[in-house]
Amino acid sequence: MADEIQRQATAEAPAEAPAPAPPTPAAAPSPGPRGGRGPGGPREGGRKYFRRKKVCKFCVEKIDSIDYKDYRLLSQFVAESGKIVPRRLSGVCTPHQRRLSTAIKQARNIALLPFSARM
Amino acid sequence: MQRTYEVMFILRPDIGEEDLDKLVSTLESQVSAAGGTVKNVERMGKRRLAYIVRRFQDGMYVLFTVEGGGDAIHELERRLRVTEPVIKFLTVRVDKEQARLAKLKERRKAPAPPPETGGEPAAVTA
Repeated sequence: MADEIQRQATAEAPAEAPAPAPPTPAAAPSPGPRGGRGPGGPREGGRKYFRRKKVCKFCVEKIDSIDYKDYRLLSQFVAESGKIVPRRLSGVCTPHQRRLSTAIKQARNIALLPFSARM
Repeated sequence: MQRTYEVMFILRPDIGEEDLDKLVSTLESQVSAAGGTVKNVERMGKRRLAYIVRRFQDGMYVLFTVEGGGDAIHELERRLRVTEPVIKFLTVRVDKEQARLAKLKERRKAPAPPPETGGEPAAVTA
């Protein structure tokens, strides 16, 4: 019985669908190309402008110790909002970023750096 | 267990010079009573805080370098917590980091002669 009802419902659904369907095919052509443009959106090539290779400041300047007291150094790696700048933006290598983030967190704890921008 | 710690604490900005001296010396004696030694005391002076702590905008920063075991640090931290002018403190263990730095320095000093990878192309171009 339940099956029958369901079947009826499913049978009805396609019957109903064609009725409002005609408008959708009419509308479809416009979203169609738009959808097609979407995947094409990411510009192929992408070598439009020259991007300098990012280098790790700590490796280049041979800074061994990343100290929480050195807030001047640390503040270069903290965004305006107070967030730690991600590696992909700053170019710091993984081992140094690890030390850097610990140092920043310690500095935050002793009020040398803000947790978030001033309200 | 001998370890080296850095204990940084912030005092309220309206503390007087003599009060600060008195506080520092009492804390020092308390550390040595607890079995540690204060290697160095650095008064970093008044500084603007990055955020408001107990309604204070500024604070007097003091840095202790303490050598000793965990109990000495524990006692010092307890004292800091009950000392009224102290508004914030942070303890960082530094001996491992110092050991790492010493090792790095030594390694950097030792293999200084063989940087041929950099020298070689220069010779070729010249």
